[in-house]
This record gives sequence, C-alpha cells and structure tokens, in this order.
Amino acid sequence: MSAAILRINPVAKIAAGLLIGLVLVLTLDWVSGVVALVLEAAVLPFAGVSWRAFWLRTAPVWIAAPLVSITVALYGRASGHVYFSWLLANVTDGSLALALATGIRILAIALPAIVLFITVDPTDLADGLAQVLRLPSRFVLGSLAALRLVGMFLDDWRSLELARRARGVGDRNPIRRLFGQLFALLVLSIRRGSKLATAMEARGFGAPITRTWARPSSFGWPEIVLLLIGAGIAAVAIGASVLAGTWSFFGAR
Amino acid sequence: MHDLDLVIEPGERVLLLGASGAGKSTLISALAGVLGGEEEGEQAGELLLDGVPASRSRGRAGLVLQDPDAQVILARVGDDVAFGCENLGVPRDEIWDRVRVALDGVGLALPLDHPTASLSGGQKQRLALAGALAMRPGLLLLDEPTANLDPTGVAEVRDAVARVVEASGSTLVVIEHRVEVWRDLVTRVVILGSDGGILADGPPGVVLSRDGRALAAAGVWVPEYPPELPRRSRASGPVLLSVEDLAVGRRVTVASGLNLELAAGGLLAITGPNGGGKSTLALTLGGLLAPRGGAVRAAAELSAGASNSPIRWKSRELLTRIGSVFQDPEHQFLGATVRDELSIGPQSLGLGADETRARVDELLVRLRLDALAPANPFTLSGGEKRRLSVGTALATRPRVLLLDEPTFGQDARTWQELVFLIAELLDEGTAAAVSTHDATFVSALATDEFTLSSAGVLR
Repeated sequence: MSAAILRINPVAKIAAGLLIGLVLVLTLDWVSGVVALVLEAAVLPFAGVSWRAFWLRTAPVWIAAPLVSITVALYGRASGHVYFSWLLANVTDGSLALALATGIRILAIALPAIVLFITVDPTDLADGLAQVLRLPSRFVLGSLAALRLVGMFLDDWRSLELARRARGVGDRNPIRRLFGQLFALLVLSIRRGSKLATAMEARGFGAPITRTWARPSSFGWPEIVLLLIGAGIAAVAIGASVLAGTWSFFGAR
Repeated sequence: MHDLDLVIEPGERVLLLGASGAGKSTLISALAGVLGGEEEGEQAGELLLDGVPASRSRGRAGLVLQDPDAQVILARVGDDVAFGCENLGVPRDEIWDRVRVALDGVGLALPLDHPTASLSGGQKQRLALAGALAMRPGLLLLDEPTANLDPTGVAEVRDAVARVVEASGSTLVVIEHRVEVWRDLVTRVVILGSDGGILADGPPGVVLSRDGRALAAAGVWVPEYPPELPRRSRASGPVLLSVEDLAVGRRVTVASGLNLELAAGGLLAITGPNGGGKSTLALTLGGLLAPRGGAVRAAAELSAGASNSPIRWKSRELLTRIGSVFQDPEHQFLGATVRDELSIGPQSLGLGADETRARVDELLVRLRLDALAPANPFTLSGGEKRRLSVGTALATRPRVLLLDEPTFGQDARTWQELVFLIAELLDEGTAAAVSTHDATFVSALATDEFTLSSAGVLR
C-alpha cells in the first residue's frame, strides 16, 4: 500500500488534497471538521509516510492550530454565556464553539495536504502537470529547472553574509545590510538563471519540435481511487454536518 | 568579432585559441545556435551547419559549458541526460537506450535515479557531456569544459571526451586556455585574433611552435612558454596567526586536529581534493566562521589591541588585520563601479577622501584596471573580476591575506600578474594562506604546504 501511494500521480494527490480543503472551507462548523478528521485518521497511516516524518512535517500545524483556536476563543464573534471579558477579549459560548471548529478545521485541511505533498517528487509533478493536465511544457519544465536553483540560493546567501563581514560592512545597520544582500542575491540569481537557460536551449529546449516524454505520467485506477477517497471524506463530512444541522455556509446561519 | 571565415570539415577536432575577449565563446555559442536573437546584438554574414543556419539546426551541435553547476537541469541523472532527447522528439524507448549508452560512454556508472546534486564537478561535466551526446550531435562543442575543475576532474573529462570522440567520430570544437589538456586529441588549432579574423590555423605542432610565444603573451597556457616566476628568498618573519587543534565545518565538522602557523612573509598553501574542507578552513582562519573545536589565535602584533580571537572581531576590525578573498569574486562585490568597489574598504576604515583616492588610484594601476574604473564589476571578464576581488582586500592593507583558489580558471597572463603581486606582498611582510589545486602556484610561492585529505588530515 505504501509503495503504491508513492507511485500515484502527484496531480491526483494534489487534487485530492485540494478537494478536501476547498469543501471544508465552505462551512465553519465543528461536526464536518471532526468527521473529516476521523476519516482522515483512518486513511493517513496508509499514506506511505513514516510516523517520525509525519510528526516532524506536521509539527507546525499542531502548533498553529491551537494558537489560532486561542485567538478565536478570545476575539471570535461573541454570543451566549460570557465566561471572561477583558478589553476587546470576550470568551463566550459562541467564541468557544467557533474556536473549536476552527482548530479542528485547520487540522482536517492541513494534515492530508501535507501528507500528500511530502511524497510528491517535483519531477514527477512536472511530468503530471504537463502530460495529464496539459499545461505548457515550457512553463512547467522552466519552473522545475528553476526549483533546483533554490538550493544554490541558500548557499549564495550564506556566502554573501560572510563576504560582507570580510569586506568590513558587516557591522552596518542590519536593515540596510539585508536590503543590500537581497539585491546582491537577485543579481546572482538572474545570472544563474540566464546560464541555466542557455544550457537548456543548447539541449534543444524550446525547439519547434513536438516534445516527447521520457517518463510516462499516467492517470488510471489508483489515481481515481485516491480522488474518490478524497471526495468521499468531503461528502461524508458535509452530509454529517447537514444531518446534524450544524452546516453553516461561510459561517452564516 | 567580425570578418571571420572558417570551414570545419566533418571529423575534424579543432582547438580554438585566442586572447580573452577575442570572441571564442561567442563563436561557439553561435555554432550551438544559442547566441540569442536580434534584440541581443548585431549579426552579419552566415553560419551554416551541414548547409543549414545554425540557429535552425537544433540538436546537430551539442554544447558543454564551463560552469558545472549551471548545466545540471534535472534532479536525477537519467532524467537529466534524457532532457535533450525529449526536446528533440526522440521516441520514449529509444531515449532510455541513448541515455544508457551516453552515460556508459562518459564513464558515469551511476543508477539512473542518482541525485545530480551529489555529483562532483568532474562528474557534473561528464553528465553534461552525456546529455549532449545522447542527442547524437554531429558536432560537439566544448567551452572551457575543465576550467572549473580540480586536476582529477580535468583528467576525467578529458578522457571521457577522447573516448566518445574516438568512438563516434564526431567533429569537435573545444575552447580552452590550457593547451596541454587537449593538444594530443585535436587535429587542428585555430587562433582568433583580438581584432577580428583568424591569426593562425593549422596542425597543433606547426601552429604552436610558430605562434606559441605570441599565444603565451596573450594569456594562453603553452607548455613550451610557461609564465615567468618571481625570485623569492622565502625568509619568514614572526608568527601572526596560529591554530591549535582546530576543527572546522559549517554544520558538521569537515576537518579536525589542525595545527598550523602563518608567519609574516610566508605563504602557506592549503592543498587537497575538493570537499576536504579547504574553503571552510580558509573562512575559519579569516575570522568568518567560528571554529568547531580548538582555537584560531592572533598574535599581539596582529590583534593590535583587539581580542586574540578573530571571530570576535568586528567586521571593520578585520579590514586591517585579515583580508579574505573568496573563490567566487561575485559574492564579494558591493559597489556599482570598479572604483567604488576598491573605495569601500578604506571608507569603512574612516580614511579621508584624499587617502582613499590615493590608495585606489595606486591599486587600479597595479591591477591593470585603471581603464575600467567606471565599469560595473559584474561586467568584467573572469580575470579582471579576480584581480578586482584581490584588490578589494589589498585596499585596507591587511597583515594577513587569505585567498581561496585565486588562480582557478585564470589565463596565463592574469596568473603571472597574480603571482608577482602576491610575491611583492610577501616581501612587504604580509602573511598569506592560499587554498589551491595549482601545483605551479605552490612551487612558485609557498613556504609551507598543508594537505587536507577528504578523510581528515595528512601532512
């Protein structure tokens, strides 16, 4: 199962993640969030991500969700019993319910998205975008090649920082230094980009020839099953919320 | 470049020589059909590949460029080699056959899904060569393919080219200013003149013996006419900087247990393979990276009132004490013009306008950059950038000078100028440490050599 999910077309993974996310932002109730989260918890262990990687990669979400909840609890739309009030902060029945719904919703949207995304290989995604979704190959492959430069920018940034210290301007006002360094990075990245473009052109990129693809990118049953799982989670979550009478379109009642 | 008439027959192997700025790279880009359109410059005459304009014969010529990092296109070895074939519309099954044959040809026995990011410089150049070969070009174009490589990488790439050219019988045009690398492989040498046209054209033996001296003077490395070397007494003065049981690295330790000393008037050569920690050691000695163990200590004469640990110095305090020149000059450029670039250090020290101008004028002449004073540093040639980056360090007259691969990829003329300049500085009592692969440089200037192996330290 885990190996199978790694082979699934990244386009399907992203579509499944988007499907759940888009449906869950339509409403703001706790029932749909909880139902989606429970269903996801049942499916995520089969996503081919080790537990260590899972907790590590999703850690920001586990931190952000409670923080957002606390904020909503303090400042969310007030209604019902008031538990606590100080300046603008009002903790009420209404704001607590909203806080719970928001926190759960963040988890329900972000967890599957992260799990699906971290198993996506950029090259496979580019193949899928160009061959399955038929996006223009020049755009897709150009972006893919540029992505590889990001790692180099990090090295450039570190070198620029040390170089500034060596040149005697490392003690200057940090804001001014930051802007100078950003500009230098921009210059370096444009140069790297144009060199890469030449190398790509020398390999026939952009030639007026119909391109072939060395790696097939197919969309078959595994992809459809994944999309159905995503659609199923979204549908059950909405159904439960409508049945429970908590469905609220964009928080309206 | 103008008024150039040149016919290259199928199967010829041409070494293209000429002084910096003679238009060698322009010609090879034009042959490869990647020179750009009318908006990027002017063009007259015609350039035909098999009778078809080069810009419309994509795939007939395969190009390998100088910078190994700029040519890796995709994340996996197999995909990268396949890229050119895909663009030419080669059917899928045939692509993978071609990829395997090309990788085999250049001697890269790696799995197809091997990450390209983990390749060495020489491997990256062979990968680029495989990518060009997989397109089955009739003409192979190499633009200084070994200039950025260490000696092992140079040999790897040269041997791979020799093998594939022998096997395929394809036509070869190579630019390189180190003649000895390609001399035995090529059948013809063409020398471009700096004012357009062709200076000399013929078999390597004939051309090099007739025009070798003129080529050497123009900066080409001709084995029979090596650059002049300065005479040196190699007497060292007091120790300025020393390290004890030093461990260096950024996030992980790359070398440890280092003990060495830099003395006034002495030059310590730091040698060893790429990835052995030479650059990291230079940065640590320069007070730019904190030691991961042990200590870098400045003698009282060097610290002159500041802490004895260079990493604690303020950025401005480094200027008069330790000057660091990075491997890539572009990382160190801050100014809009060459003059600004040289003035930044003296201005940071708070030297007056007159003193700054005097120092900068002197350096401009000494580095042969006076005609370029108003130019933007990024627009300079490789050799000019190198001289300027050394100049930026010299402007504040540091007692210790650290240079990271100063002679890498330089033509013979710049090389000789750098060697004489460094010799003068040593005579004036500067202490220097230089990380380098350049054996000629080491024998010309080093008073001591320290070899960092990839597995720790070896003296």
